[in-house]
Amino acid sequence: MSKIIASAAIRGAHKIVDRAGKKWQEAMDKWGANEPVGFPNTAYYLPIIYGILGIKVEKLGDMEAALKRCKSLLPPPVRENHPLPYLAPALDAGMATFFAEEIIEAIRYLEEPDFYTKQEEITDNNIWLGAADDVILRKRGIEFVDGTAPGFAAICGAAPDAETAKKIAQELQAKNLYVFMCAEYDNKRFSEQLIEAGVQIGWPVRLVSYGPDISAAVFAMGFATRVAMSFGGIQPGDFRKVLIYNKDRVFSFILPLGYVTDEWYANATGAVNWGFPTIADTPIPEILPTGICTYEHVVSNVPHDKIVPKAIEVRGLKISVAEIPIPTGFGPAFEGERIRKGEWYLECGGGFTPMVEWVTSKRMDEVEDGKFEVIGPEITDMPPESRLPLAIAVEVAGREMEEDYEPILERQIHHLINYTQGCFHNGQRDIAWLRVSKELYEKGFRLYHIGSLLHAKLHQDFGRIFDKLQVKLYTEEDKVREILAKAKAVYAARDARIEGMTDETTDTYYSCTLCQSFAPPHVCVISPERTGLCGSYNWMDCKAAYEINPTGPNQPVPKGEVIDPVLGQWKGVNEFLYKASRGKFDHYNSYSIIHDPMTTCGCCECIAAVLPLCNGIMTVNREFTEMTPCGMKFTTLAGTVGGGVSTPGFVGHGKYNTCQRKFLIGDGGIKRIVWMPKMLKEEIADRLKARAIEVGVPDLPDMIADETVGTTEEEILPFLEEKGHPALTMEPIM
Amino acid sequence: MAEKEIKSIDQATIDMIEKAASDGCNIVFDRAATLKPCPIGAVGSCCRLCSMGPCRVPLPKGKEETPEEKSKRKGVCGATAETIAARSFARMIAGGAAAHSDHGRKVAETFLTVAKGEAPGYEIKDEQKLLQLALDLGVDIGDRSNQEIAINIGEIAMKEFGRQEGELLFLRRAPLKRQELWRRQEVAPRGIDREVVEIMHRTHMGVDQDYRSLLRQGVRTALADGWGGSMIATELQDVLFGTPAPVFSQINLGVLKEDEVNLIIHGHEPQLAEMLAVMAQDPEMIEYAKSKGAKGINLAGMCCTANEILMRHGVPIAGNFLQQELAIVTGALEGIVVDVQCIMQGLADVAQCYHTKIITTDPRAHIEGAIHIEFDERNAIDIAKKIIRTAIDNFPNRGKNVRIPQQQTDLIAGFSHETINYLLGGLFRASYRPLNDNIINGRIRGVAGVVGCNNARVTHDDVHVTMVKELIKNDVLVLQTGCSAMACAKVGLMVPEAAAKYAGEGLASVCEAVGIPPALHLGACVDNSRILIAATAMVKDGGLGDDISDLPMAGAGPEWMSEKAIAIGQYFVGSGVFTVFGVNWPTTGSKEVTDFLFKDFEDMYGGMWAFEPDPIKAAQLMIKHIDKKRKALGIDKARERILYDMAMRRELE
Repeated sequence: MSKIIASAAIRGAHKIVDRAGKKWQEAMDKWGANEPVGFPNTAYYLPIIYGILGIKVEKLGDMEAALKRCKSLLPPPVRENHPLPYLAPALDAGMATFFAEEIIEAIRYLEEPDFYTKQEEITDNNIWLGAADDVILRKRGIEFVDGTAPGFAAICGAAPDAETAKKIAQELQAKNLYVFMCAEYDNKRFSEQLIEAGVQIGWPVRLVSYGPDISAAVFAMGFATRVAMSFGGIQPGDFRKVLIYNKDRVFSFILPLGYVTDEWYANATGAVNWGFPTIADTPIPEILPTGICTYEHVVSNVPHDKIVPKAIEVRGLKISVAEIPIPTGFGPAFEGERIRKGEWYLECGGGFTPMVEWVTSKRMDEVEDGKFEVIGPEITDMPPESRLPLAIAVEVAGREMEEDYEPILERQIHHLINYTQGCFHNGQRDIAWLRVSKELYEKGFRLYHIGSLLHAKLHQDFGRIFDKLQVKLYTEEDKVREILAKAKAVYAARDARIEGMTDETTDTYYSCTLCQSFAPPHVCVISPERTGLCGSYNWMDCKAAYEINPTGPNQPVPKGEVIDPVLGQWKGVNEFLYKASRGKFDHYNSYSIIHDPMTTCGCCECIAAVLPLCNGIMTVNREFTEMTPCGMKFTTLAGTVGGGVSTPGFVGHGKYNTCQRKFLIGDGGIKRIVWMPKMLKEEIADRLKARAIEVGVPDLPDMIADETVGTTEEEILPFLEEKGHPALTMEPIM
Repeated sequence: MAEKEIKSIDQATIDMIEKAASDGCNIVFDRAATLKPCPIGAVGSCCRLCSMGPCRVPLPKGKEETPEEKSKRKGVCGATAETIAARSFARMIAGGAAAHSDHGRKVAETFLTVAKGEAPGYEIKDEQKLLQLALDLGVDIGDRSNQEIAINIGEIAMKEFGRQEGELLFLRRAPLKRQELWRRQEVAPRGIDREVVEIMHRTHMGVDQDYRSLLRQGVRTALADGWGGSMIATELQDVLFGTPAPVFSQINLGVLKEDEVNLIIHGHEPQLAEMLAVMAQDPEMIEYAKSKGAKGINLAGMCCTANEILMRHGVPIAGNFLQQELAIVTGALEGIVVDVQCIMQGLADVAQCYHTKIITTDPRAHIEGAIHIEFDERNAIDIAKKIIRTAIDNFPNRGKNVRIPQQQTDLIAGFSHETINYLLGGLFRASYRPLNDNIINGRIRGVAGVVGCNNARVTHDDVHVTMVKELIKNDVLVLQTGCSAMACAKVGLMVPEAAAKYAGEGLASVCEAVGIPPALHLGACVDNSRILIAATAMVKDGGLGDDISDLPMAGAGPEWMSEKAIAIGQYFVGSGVFTVFGVNWPTTGSKEVTDFLFKDFEDMYGGMWAFEPDPIKAAQLMIKHIDKKRKALGIDKARERILYDMAMRRELE
């Protein structure tokens, strides 16, 4: 009965809005209207109020406008007999609930600054993370965009016991979903239950303990709202688009576990505005007719062992998860797991022992598909907390296999091993590092399982480019060193080959429209000398991706006739762009920030911006959260230029691209760079130096200002003048 | 024609018919019993357009006509039975369109007067709709005041009536495919008055003498009503008096009060009624009523004026068309204020038996024996007070012979297009999506507009109620206006609880989810334009084809009696809606004309007429049509749930 739900939601909304009003009044009395308020490190203010109403809450006094909206949205209680239509008023009440809860939570940040950890992970004495800041949003939001995380489950309350909680959480993790947790039921909280069951929680493992109260649900909804603004390029206040975007593209749902209070109903009803349905474990009333959500709105009384698949079905989500023949969980949710000292059973590499990972092609008759050999001691031969040298040699064969695909397959090893619950993996090639936990060892995991999982996953994802795959795992030092030597020679040859490829000598570029799921008009065109702005796709990756999935988001783009060799514009690219952007764009330039630059989506690693006063260009990476000389922080920049638009003066790019030869060459190239964050400069130092020498300004890295010099154009200009930065004498940029 | 056995299904009506008889008072039900309808006129076979006639050209009774007989069946001028039936039908459309549109014109005049600030007591109530209307009509908004914008809108609206060429502006609101069809069929109206005048010209002796041509002009004139005069009336009334939103009220003669001054507002226009609704609350007026021994002033509505102030103020309704005299028969009615349309002259006679004063207010509608207090929006407050005082002054004249029936039923009204849009998704997600979605998934089978009058030739309210019950039982959501809405409200179909009681499981589940009755009250008969807008909104929301004629939708006027009903039915048919009428059919004197309307129209307009007096059979015809449309849309079978992966998300626009 929708009526019961609406009645409860409206009651709950009244209570929450009243509470927010009182809290606000107390805070006003104590701090005054000018006291700054907000969630930590975000350009989205209180994101629901900002995204839906367009109101920027920066000071306590700003909350008054939002509270007024709450009150005007609150409908009268639903009459028992002959009620007026209640669904719409209940949805409005749910929205008012979120505005009020954001006010409550923002005041909590003011009153108890350390209530939340304000970071990705829990601490020894605090498990409540609070609102995700913009760095987390960008890092995690991209997973929503590329599909590694299709959505999130917002869990309120607690399971009947810790074991059930663990099962539900791990089932959601295995489906790649984020789990956002809040509220308590029966004096228990889901987050606490997971800790009790020994489960690691925090952003890295996608189990996010937002807060202890139901009001922390706004952190989940705020996250969703910011995804629409930052990745979808939707303007704050354009509420309809924000909500529909979420309904169509962010596949999330609410799982209330335990007694559903009026306040929970108010939150659940509010979430329906975003198209997020509720799937409950208690026999609450149901709302089955569809329309605001894609399918049912409320489904109830679902047993705990069915609740995850039921929720996924109700939300209309398709998740294909391959069965991996290993005795533990597997999926991106386990990528962020830590295995500390004392927790590991076996450690390889990491500077302690030699370790190498190498994919190489063989003739068909040399490979026996699915054969995994451990050459040397197995993990079972070792006592706990042992170290072993390790070479993982993956040998593939197939008619479609090309040498060029070897590094692509090889690069999968890192994250695939990391996806294994109980494994930690870092680095690649000859700097790899592996830890296997004691718990995983107890579960029966052996080294040959690395072979099983690579075999299963690589076949699944790359089956089109090879037919057979076998894995040899060497654990004797001399053998490992032998493989290492061979591999190093191959690494050097590969690097030289890639470096030698140019845009001019290549007739076919590749598109990447992966992000169209979140930024519909966006089209990346990736050439050998312009890698994708997300940093994840270079020309070779796209080529392989196309071979693997000929109808996928990476399509060959014949570049055709050259229209502008300097700015980087080609007829074939334009034609492709027009089609792929559904008519939104008919041209852009690959090598320019000034003249119709390439579209930018919210996934970009860095954003470059013109600094007119300095006659140059700055760039900022998304990890850098402070102000930049263009007057905007990264997150504001991303909100302005992301979403699949072409904005002269701004362009998104990958970190790697910064030192590629075609980087903004149409505007003068790398010599134009006058500012970048110190951390970025350090990260790309080697390549930056090499490129600087190549362009004949070997001191360029030292001439580029960073935040220690200044964060305004006026501050950095004297520095540039003093250093004699080449940009100052180049022709006017605008 | 259906021979009726009982006069009404409404107990209050039956009681008052009995009281009238015992009071020796002659009412509509008595007159219907003694005066049979003219059988030749009823089938459209009488031509009285010139003094060579009247010519009667009825079909031979009880046998097939031979070609020779048919060739002789002509008027003195040679006009065929086809021409005569088509002319008569076209003139009915002209009459109906003129009535609605003249109502619309009056509203536009009031609107303009209010916009200019010359009508104290009135104001622009719905700013949002004003601005929406400005966008639709191409009126510049900028930094201009509401008053300036309203003046432009009022002037544009006024010009639509006298427009001589081009197309009516509101046609642009229709689905594109429909607009193209109208142009192709040459029925896009040029101006409201022009089309009505042209019918009068074409049907004059010796002008248009091809029934197809006559009926084409009929469609064009009807469209000038639905997408012109009526739509202007509804839209401007909403801006002026507020767009209706859900409201709780009561209906039936039981709303009259024993101890208060009872004043009924009857007719069709809301301007005066709006002011009466305000002034009836005025402390000065209430004091005055008390000074005459009454406890207060009880304002109630009747017919479509009632619907107007029910929708916007929740003023209770005393009854529908056939109950107008019966309100007087209660002996408790001090005054009945009337404006235009559907006011029976019989009121004056009935009032003779009691103390009730009939107060005419419109310069276009005088009644012999009534008091005339002419309404002028420039002086509305004083006039309203004068009318109320007249009723109060009459309170001491109330006799002993008072019997107010107990019957009154709760209802929820106020379902404008804007409100439906809101109700389906709230302020932030308002849209028709849930309606379309649940039509596509089959919970709702389709949508029916059941509208129109009462008719003393059939059992009062029975045809409406039986049809609507049959439709909702079969999961068809029913949109209602006029006296039809009132009939269904009286039997309790317009409260949300009715869904569980009367509706099929699918429709009931949707009604329960949203909290709406299975039959929605959209307002007065002029507000049938809201159904056109709602149908267009359904088309535009997607998934149900790209024209109104693609929708699983049907219309009906089961107890129709007025020319307005024919105009309404014709603009629905012309907009692509299959429409069934009951009672009788006014062209059966010509098989060709009837076939043209019932069959050929479907190919031409995607919508066609049908006649079926049996409400269950009529409902089944509608359901059959709805199912036909569902099949054409490919939604007649259950569909697999679509689960989305990332690749499918990328495909989204």
